[in-house]
Amino acid sequence: MAQVGLNHFLFVSAILFSLGILGIVTRKNAVMVLMGIELILNAANINFVAFTKYGNFGLQGQLIALFVIVLAAAEAAVALAIVLNIYKTFSTVNVDEIDTLKE
Amino acid sequence: MSIYDLIFYLFAAVTIISAYFVVTVRNIVRSAFFLLFTFFGVTGLYVLLGADFVAIVQLIVYIGGILILLLFGVMLTSKITSVQIKTGTWQVVPAAIGVGLFAGILAFTLFHTNWKTGENQIPDFTLAGLGTMLMQEYIIVFELLGMILLIALIGAATLARK
Repeated sequence: MAQVGLNHFLFVSAILFSLGILGIVTRKNAVMVLMGIELILNAANINFVAFTKYGNFGLQGQLIALFVIVLAAAEAAVALAIVLNIYKTFSTVNVDEIDTLKE
Repeated sequence: MSIYDLIFYLFAAVTIISAYFVVTVRNIVRSAFFLLFTFFGVTGLYVLLGADFVAIVQLIVYIGGILILLLFGVMLTSKITSVQIKTGTWQVVPAAIGVGLFAGILAFTLFHTNWKTGENQIPDFTLAGLGTMLMQEYIIVFELLGMILLIALIGAATLARK
């Protein structure tokens, strides 16, 4: 419970990253895998913003965090469109049951 | 312990506990709502780090956009009327062991690295600095991101309406 510094933020980010990986690896539903990816992107963003405050780089870290948010939005849109198509074709979104490239 | 530290521990706890529930709760809609609290906690951390504009963008884009999109994905791909909404898990114990090891290594590394820290003077309002940087040295990245968003929009629309 020391004075909050860079390490505290990095530690929160590391735990968030690990939980995101756990979600990706263990969940069967494709939408849940996407949620795990969002957790990981958030963890990376916390790092960028934390180093903006505690490192000496100007505002570049925050700018890159903004870029990451934009890319996450684009990724979520495309990935959900793909998930909808998979659901139409296979009637399931469980990634362990989708094992053919053709119908 | 100052009030800053207290608020940090509050938001960190909200973030980590709700993220834990996101990956463990079996009902996928509940999981999506816990993701809301995770994003909210991360927003609080951004505010504590002096990133006001990033925090607002996080609120608008993540909570207002991506989360709604994910909820739509959940609603459109699972049968709400039946009990299909529960989602299975796969190899939880080995994955938890592996991820725990990974988190341990990560934490060990970050606590034993001698980070070059110096309190950076962040302006009270970061918007002006960010805008200037976007319009000057990062103009190409900015335009490319606009193109990527347009392409992703068109791609998602054509993929989904097939």
